[in-house]
Amino acid sequence: MDSALIPEGAKRCSFPKFAIGIAIVSAVVLWGVFAMFLCWFKGLNQTNMNDYYGFALWIWADLAVIAVGGGAFFTGLLRYIFKIDELKNIINFAVIIGFICYSSALLILAIDIGQPLRGWFIFWHANVHSMLTEVAFCLSAYFAVLTIEFIPNILENRQANKVPFFHHLAHNMHGVMAVFAATGAFLSFFHQGSLGGVAGVLYGRPFAVREGLLIWPWTFFLFTWSAAAFGPCFTLLVTKITETVTGKKLVKDNVVHLLAKISGWMIVTYIIAKIIDTIYWALVTAPSLGFTLSHFYSNNGFYGYWILITEIVLCGVVPGAILIMKSTRENPRLRLIAIILGVIGVCLNRWVMVLQIMAVPVMSFDTWALYFPSWQEIATTILPVAYGIILIAVAYRYLPVFPQEQELNTIEPVAEAE
Amino acid sequence: MKQNNNKAHKFGMVIDLDKCTGCGSCMVSCMSENNVPFKEDESNKKDSITWMSVYKLTNGKSFPDTQIVYMPRPCQHCGGKGDHGHSPCVSVCPAVATDYGYDTGIVSQIYTRCFGCRYCMGACPYHARYFNWWDPKWPEGMENYLSPDVSPRMRGVVEKCSFCYHRYQAARDIAYYEGRDDIEEHEYQTACTTACPAGAIVFGDLNNPAHQVHQIVKPDPHPDPRNKHVVGKSRNPKVFRLLERLGTNPKIYYLSEREWVRKAGDNYLDGEWDKIKNYHGATLSND
Repeated sequence: MDSALIPEGAKRCSFPKFAIGIAIVSAVVLWGVFAMFLCWFKGLNQTNMNDYYGFALWIWADLAVIAVGGGAFFTGLLRYIFKIDELKNIINFAVIIGFICYSSALLILAIDIGQPLRGWFIFWHANVHSMLTEVAFCLSAYFAVLTIEFIPNILENRQANKVPFFHHLAHNMHGVMAVFAATGAFLSFFHQGSLGGVAGVLYGRPFAVREGLLIWPWTFFLFTWSAAAFGPCFTLLVTKITETVTGKKLVKDNVVHLLAKISGWMIVTYIIAKIIDTIYWALVTAPSLGFTLSHFYSNNGFYGYWILITEIVLCGVVPGAILIMKSTRENPRLRLIAIILGVIGVCLNRWVMVLQIMAVPVMSFDTWALYFPSWQEIATTILPVAYGIILIAVAYRYLPVFPQEQELNTIEPVAEAE
Repeated sequence: MKQNNNKAHKFGMVIDLDKCTGCGSCMVSCMSENNVPFKEDESNKKDSITWMSVYKLTNGKSFPDTQIVYMPRPCQHCGGKGDHGHSPCVSVCPAVATDYGYDTGIVSQIYTRCFGCRYCMGACPYHARYFNWWDPKWPEGMENYLSPDVSPRMRGVVEKCSFCYHRYQAARDIAYYEGRDDIEEHEYQTACTTACPAGAIVFGDLNNPAHQVHQIVKPDPHPDPRNKHVVGKSRNPKVFRLLERLGTNPKIYYLSEREWVRKAGDNYLDGEWDKIKNYHGATLSND
């Protein structure tokens, strides 16, 4: 039915099967959209946020998708600027994942603000001292860059590519993509960093505040570094999921190993910096404000030392160690465990830097504030996941996302003939 | 039009916690004065709006040694690190919807500018900022009692104590009409100050030695040598500020004869309090 749109030589499931799959996920999207409209029309009273939890699940989701979407800018940087040619086989997918993550982040922000129609004030009445202003500018600009990076892949669709203009446009855009990759890396450095800065500058919140370099707290650099480190893990994880769902090998092992190796070394360097930062904060920063480390991890029903150990050791040191060693990195099972742990680790870090900050009491007579999101919050948080699944499914079906797909899957008929 | 732009005020408050009975008059007068809306069910205090909120503190001891103190907590109108006006909330607001008045020391909130990102709420360690989770509503007939001097806020924006700024504007207008350059201490008083039956709240210009608040607080104009971010530390041994060590430099001072109350104002490591409880600013010895 839609075979004319499917890349030449590529095998795809039947259209009805595809349509049923999309319909099921679309039901989840509709659920999320319903919740989104409830929040827009009835207000944020639809959430379980309160005056203690002004930042909650959505902001965590926002930070998390931006962190895991970091694979796009970092892979682009490696591919186009550092000229690591093998990564051309995964860059399209990294860009699509980044596009999904960043469009989701912008959507979440649009739901999260109390006066959505005034959202443009952040640009018009910009406060240059606010990290959030920097986030808004760089995030929007980088989303534009990601769109530009995604366009050539869209134009390579079998039918679109028949139009000479689109064909040449896609070709020429590929030619100048290094410029956009460099721009993207520059913008990402700042918005990933400023998202870290959002927490690090909160000098009224001893759990969040950090010293730093010039106007940037250390969290600025840690967030950028962690996004570059763990973003490729997410790219690899989604690639693995796509391979499992489609039943095909889509990216050669050498590409996967290379990206995993780079990610591993980035994780190791990041986690060393993170451990140093944590020790300094625990032994110097917090005590100088009258707080012991135990204050942040006790006297409540949820936040204990487990979260610190899980984030840094289990989901930082362990995946880093697995991915830097050739033997463990090239073991598919261990590699999968490492990238899953890595993705959980960076998401956990963002959770801590949003929700735990809000939960920790600061005044000596204050109490811990715990919160559980409403269904509307959960639905709107799942919405981007469902939207991402649909976009990946559509892109995989109709666009030549994986350059090695045909090569890797032409072996099958030969094997069958044997 | 020239209106007293020569002298910078620094409006602040000192609250005598030994006088406060916890009656809540300050909260009620504040809500009434500033058109704060009601919820149908006000039992969840974490999403109801109380610009002035009264905390109940105890010394943690069992009967008969139990002591209780009530601590009214308006917006602290922080001067920020070094008292340069970069309050925790002002510095983070992405749209300049909250601003620091260098002529008054008052942290303002521009409701029509705020787009409800709530970053300022996350930045404030005092929980002094409130979000309008609902459309503002008042019990039937009560709309007639709304103050025409204060704009009601819409759903989706943040609001907080303004030190009854409209009263300052009114006082300035009168002074200007009468050809005076400045306003008198009694001409600008916040609603909570005037409503407190115990006279526990004293409000005025911390920069003006003639004002009672200055005389009680005796603010140290120099940075604290122990923490360069702290400016305006009280030289009165009985006076303290909330979370002073963070360097937020609040303009709300608290007064108490009781040591445990003063200690509750901040966080201290074991043994730290005994070392610094008698330390009251850089220039104490010069007074």
